[in-house]
Amino acid sequence: MSPSEPDSANDSTVPSSAPSRLPAPLGRYALIAFVISAAAAAFGYVAGPLDPQRLTPERIVDHLQANGGLHPRYRRNHAKGVCVIGYFDSNGAAAAYSKAGVFARGRTPVVGRFALPGGNPYAPDGGVPIRSFALRFTQADGQQWRTGMNNMPVFPVATPQAFFEQLRAGAPDPATGKPDPARQKAFFAAHPETAAFRAWAKDRKPSASYATERYYGLNAFYFIDAAGARQAVRWRVEPDNGAATAPLTAQDHDVLADELDRRLAQGPLQWRLWVTLAAPGDPTADATRVWPSDRREIDAGRIVLARAQAQDAGACRDINYDPLILPDGIAGSDDPLLAARSSAYAESYRRRTAEEARAGGHPPKELPR
Amino acid sequence: MNRNDEVFWWPARVLHWLMALMIVSMLFIGAGMVATVSDKHTWLLALHKPLGISILALAVLRLTLRLLRKPPPLPVDLPLSQRFAAHASHWLLYALMFALPLIGWAMLSAGGYPVSLGAGVVLPPIAPFDPSVFALLRWLHRTLAYLLFATVLLHLAAALYHGLIRRDGVLRSMVWRRGVRDDGALPPASDEAGTSSVKDASVR
Repeated sequence: MSPSEPDSANDSTVPSSAPSRLPAPLGRYALIAFVISAAAAAFGYVAGPLDPQRLTPERIVDHLQANGGLHPRYRRNHAKGVCVIGYFDSNGAAAAYSKAGVFARGRTPVVGRFALPGGNPYAPDGGVPIRSFALRFTQADGQQWRTGMNNMPVFPVATPQAFFEQLRAGAPDPATGKPDPARQKAFFAAHPETAAFRAWAKDRKPSASYATERYYGLNAFYFIDAAGARQAVRWRVEPDNGAATAPLTAQDHDVLADELDRRLAQGPLQWRLWVTLAAPGDPTADATRVWPSDRREIDAGRIVLARAQAQDAGACRDINYDPLILPDGIAGSDDPLLAARSSAYAESYRRRTAEEARAGGHPPKELPR
Repeated sequence: MNRNDEVFWWPARVLHWLMALMIVSMLFIGAGMVATVSDKHTWLLALHKPLGISILALAVLRLTLRLLRKPPPLPVDLPLSQRFAAHASHWLLYALMFALPLIGWAMLSAGGYPVSLGAGVVLPPIAPFDPSVFALLRWLHRTLAYLLFATVLLHLAAALYHGLIRRDGVLRSMVWRRGVRDDGALPPASDEAGTSSVKDASVR
């Protein structure tokens, strides 16, 4: 409180339109201090430090790092992978639903990346059945469509918070160095929405080739046509590269990248891009649920991969496959995972490029084991 | 004294308050968008880029106007140290108004990101695609944004100091007075308490 004079206190209680007496100087200094502190506190809240409960990209990436180990200059998730170069030949069929240049009839160059889940760039290829396929399409007008797809049709969880809890449940036990099965069991019991993913993973064997897998965009998006009409969609790519070979075992370490090279030496690899159109009422905010199988599907064209590059020096190395980098004509849906992926990928990219800069800009080398 | 010498001319005042709103919003948008995984991240980011480019364009206009017409002089009795702080902080504010949007633009370029302003508008890259350049600019963008926020707070504190403590007309030179002259007429009720015209007139 300011040591104000009695008459000035009286004045301030009079609800008059006349200008009130000025407060005493100490009160005015206090007012300045209050305004500045309030502004600084508001900033501290928005920026995070004064809101420690909030799930931030830092916390998610910290946990990915804790689970996969710290591997400087590598992605914090999907750390092990290989770059691929090719193009997309659009047949024009999706252009009725999206005005994006990529869907007009014609060819768009792509830089892609096949990868395994997890933050360990030295993980065995046969350790898990999950494979991912990321693509960056660059339109002639400079706009880009980036998508990160996985070979499962559904994501285990629907929200960033549940994903964070899943990461915590999968943290390695200090005693064994492996995730604690009891904690994981408890997580799945508490999250019945993971049932569809678990059913997919149950009998799934690790594929011996990136080329024979089908990859799903997982999240729902909107296509926007030239008139501005919005259609909820999901997409996937279907391989046209022959039958799958015998699956890998947990002992198979570095076979997928070599296998891809061998195939590409024989000729280009192809996938068909399928777009599924949602019917009204189909869930767009829940990546744990597929849409009914009778939904209309559009064959939008062919993705053709011509060659592969090692990820430590290839064109995909410095690309952040943020699923919300979209051209005009495609928009994100209300799926809460999309924003979380976008912000966590940005934080991962910030960390690994900072590590790259400190290393003097030399490409990271794959260490021999 | 001619009132035109005591207040900023109206285009400068319009730009000052418009850009104050934009820059403060921008600082909060930037701080918030990198600190959340919610959908706020998405729409704040979509706002951040076109707003940044607008600030850059207005900063060009503002600097041009500033060079075209001198601002009102500082009070003659202002201590030399405060006079220096006033000039230094103003030029720092101008420098950051230019630097932050340009660094943000260059940073996205170096990261290989399309610099999309929405509605299909994409700016050309102004830096090479290079992760080390990205990392440096990303760090600079954040560090200078914090510096800008600190400078804005200092600027605000100084303005309130002039308006509430010194009551020397410096704050009033940038605020709106519905065509009221300086020579003793009452300010509007919404005016700063400390910029009472009567008091100011007595100071002069």
